[in-house]
Formats: sequence, structure tokens, C-alpha cells
Amino acid sequence: MTDIVLSKVYKRYAGGHEALADVTLNIATGEMVFITGHSGAGKSTLLKLMAAIERPSAGSVIVNGQNIGALRAQGIPFLRRNFGLVFQDHKLLFDRSVFDNVMLPLDITGFDRREGAGRARAALDKVGLLHKEKAHPITLSGGEQQRLCIARAIVHRPAILLADEPTGNLDADYAAGIGDLFRDFNQVGVTVVLATHDMQLAARLQPRLIEIRGGRVVS
Amino acid sequence: MKNWLAAHRRACTGTLARLTSAPLASLFNIAVIGTALALPLGFYVLLANLQGLARDFSPQPQLSVFLAQDAAAGDARAIEQRLKSQAGLAGFRFVPRDQALETLKSRAGLADVIAGLPNNPLPDAFVVTAAASDAAALETLRAEFAGWPRVAEVHVDSDWARRLDSLLALGRYAVLMLAAALALALVAITFNTIRLQILTQRDEIEVAKLIGATDGWIRRPFLYFGGILGAAGGAAAWLMIWIALLVFNAQLQPLAALYGIPLQLGHLTASDSLAALLFAATLGWFGAWLSVRRHLHAYNP
Repeated sequence: MTDIVLSKVYKRYAGGHEALADVTLNIATGEMVFITGHSGAGKSTLLKLMAAIERPSAGSVIVNGQNIGALRAQGIPFLRRNFGLVFQDHKLLFDRSVFDNVMLPLDITGFDRREGAGRARAALDKVGLLHKEKAHPITLSGGEQQRLCIARAIVHRPAILLADEPTGNLDADYAAGIGDLFRDFNQVGVTVVLATHDMQLAARLQPRLIEIRGGRVVS
Repeated sequence: MKNWLAAHRRACTGTLARLTSAPLASLFNIAVIGTALALPLGFYVLLANLQGLARDFSPQPQLSVFLAQDAAAGDARAIEQRLKSQAGLAGFRFVPRDQALETLKSRAGLADVIAGLPNNPLPDAFVVTAAASDAAALETLRAEFAGWPRVAEVHVDSDWARRLDSLLALGRYAVLMLAAALALALVAITFNTIRLQILTQRDEIEVAKLIGATDGWIRRPFLYFGGILGAAGGAAAWLMIWIALLVFNAQLQPLAALYGIPLQLGHLTASDSLAALLFAATLGWFGAWLSVRRHLHAYNP
């Protein structure tokens, strides 16, 4: 089974900048894939295409059998619920507690609030933040904020985890801990796609590597 | 279904929490909307009261047919015969001149003045009730009676009631126009309030969209906010009118005592109050809807 299929994908931005050119790749269910390359190589664009944050200029992006290029606007929210998204800048909401941040995906899908609370605590426990559930995200360190972002990404038990530079601003110890988290999710069957230039992390987790250079897949 | 209800309940309680989290701002907002609504509603209350008064003196389709001063009893009988055979009448009543004088004496406290008169200045008269109450039918009858011999004058008695009625109709139009203008104001107020809210919650909207929130889910709390703001404004308007009437009725008390009649302005009826509240809520909701429609497109990750 494959989760994500890209064939002959091009992405051109207004102004003529070509972010991706002729990208073809398959990611199978339960795989762990690292997309590597320099800054500006097109890693983030690739992830954005998968989550329907961007649409391809040409070619097709198929996720769970759905063609993103042909997806109607109303279908996008439901497609995105297949994903857990981990952002480099965390995108946490600072007007609410750690716990409420993790509850957000469950609220969105209309999950029963009491049952959801249990899941949210389990997710916080998984990333080691349960003791901070009442704290506000602004009081957390960078590494803790990243872990909170991961907890929010996994709380609704997505089939696919997309993470953009999850260890970008962290020192090696923290990065290793977060890498282990991703490995744990992968071991229970979650497809994990990471965009990173952290080769230390790659050496530790031994994932399939897809290298992008200048918008093209080179290996 | 249960989840859907729970989601709505959560949007509703979230909205209330947001309203109470900035109580002063919310209060001012509600006061502005309340004032805008209190104007047309207050006029409406006044009109309804005036209309009630006018109904007490209901405009009967009546004509007074006055005979000439020197008409004899025979002339009156001849007119009576004519009235009996006249089509389009519901009835008539003869008022002899002596009886009319007696009535005047007893009623208006004019006994002294009348006693000073050398003779009775009043003519014999018939009070005729027409079957139809429209102005054209009454005018035809008036012209007909005026042409009869020994008839000096014919009055259509319900003229003043008609004038009041058409004045009230004019007033109703004025209230409607005022209501339309201030309804627009209410929509504009909620539109801008929601626009500001969307601006302050742009992060939340963006994140929610990224993790799979539907447009409906994002829109819902804003729509609730608009509706609740409108309803609260409507309630504020109701309260303002209630207080105004309390003050006004107290001032009216001495006047009413002077005339010996019960003069009290009533508030909106229960059904009118409910309609006003629903109308205000709908307008608030509509303003929010317009705003959300206009401003949510800006965030489309």
C-alpha cells in the first residue's frame, strides 16, 4: 500500500521561481522517509504539496487515493485530518494552555470532550509534557514547544506524520529525543515524512533518504 | 448528531466566555446596538399606544344631518321618511333640538352660558350611521343629504379619526424607515466587530485550517458572537424603553389625575418583544456572516 504518490510534479511560484521540477516519488504506508537537502532546495514545498497547503503547477499528488490537484476546497479539511503536521515554527496558540492546544484537533473533528481529554493527556504523556498541561506555551523552552507541537500532531492518531525541520533549532540531545519519538510512532505503523538537513538524526534513525537539490530529486 | 450539538454548545459557551473576558468592551458594544435599536422600538411603542387610544374612539361611519333652524316638525318627519327608504344605511337616530340642548347643558358644564341665551341656537338633527365606512361612500351620502330640502348642513363625524389614522399610518412608515436605517447600522457594527475579532484570531484560524477545520467550524463562533451581540443589544433596547416608560408614566400621573382618565403607556407585548429580540439577533448574525464571508478568505493555507 502506498500513502503518497507524486508523479512528474512541478511547482512554480508567481514570479517564475521554480521550487520543484519533475518530482516523482512513492511513500508506502508505514515507511519512514527523510527528505534532505539544503535550505531552499524545495523540502518544505514538497511537504506543503502533500498536505494540500500548496497545489502543484503540473503533475499529480495523490494522498490516500485522492488527487490533491483536483480536490475541491470543501474536501481539503477532511484530507488534512489524515495528517499530523509538525511545523518548524510550532504554530502554537499562546492564548490558551498546553492542554487546550493539544485538544484543538479533537475539538475540530467533533470528538467527545471527556474522551478527548484522556487522549490529549496520553499524547502529552508521550512527549513528556503531562506535568505542564496547565502551563502556557510561552513559558516552555524551545524543545518543549516542539514536543508540544508533536503532541498536537499525534493526538488524533493520524496515519501520516509530516514534520518540517522538527529539530531545526534544537541542540543534539533534544534532537535525539525527538528523533526517538518519531521512531516510536513509526514502529506502531504511522507513516513518517520528515524534511530535515540534520544528518546526525538520519544516521540515528536509518530512514529512507530522498535528497533534493535545486527542486529535483537526486537520490 | 450528538457531536454536532456538542460542537454548537461549545461554540456558544466559547462565545459567551469571549464576551465576558472583555466585559467593558462588550458592554459598550451592546449599549451602542441597544441605543440604535431603542430609537425605532421606542417610536413603535409610542405609536402602538396612540393606536390603542384611537381604537377607543373608534371611527364609526357616522354623519350628522342638521336641519335648518326654522324647520318644523313636519319637515323632520319628511326627512325621516326619506332616510327610511335610503339605501346604504345601518341606522339613524333623531336628536330633537331641545334634547340636544339638555345634553349640552349636562355634559360640558356650560349650563350658565346656555341659560344666558335668549333661545335655543341648536337645530334638529339626525345622526345617521352608514353601512359602509369608506370615505367615498360617506361622501356620496353627504352630498345626497345636503341636497334634501330643509337640510342646512351635513357633517361626516369620523373625519378626525380618519385624519388620525392616516397620521398614524405615516408614523408607521417613519418608524419603518428609521428601523431600516438603524438595522443597517447594527449590521455595520457587528460587521466591524467581527472583522476585528478575525484579525486578533488570525493565528488560531490559520492553525485550525492547517489541522483540518472546516470553514463551517471556523465560522461558527463568529456567527454565534454576532447573533448573541444582536440579541443582547435587543434586550438592552427593551430595558431602555422600559426605564423610559417608567419615568414617562410617572410624569404622566398628574396629567391623568387632572383629566380623571387612566393615562398609562404600555410596553411592547410579549410577542412583539420576542419578535424584536429575534430580529436583532438575526441582524447581528447577518452582519457576522457578511464579515466572515468577506474576511476569512484572507487566510487560506
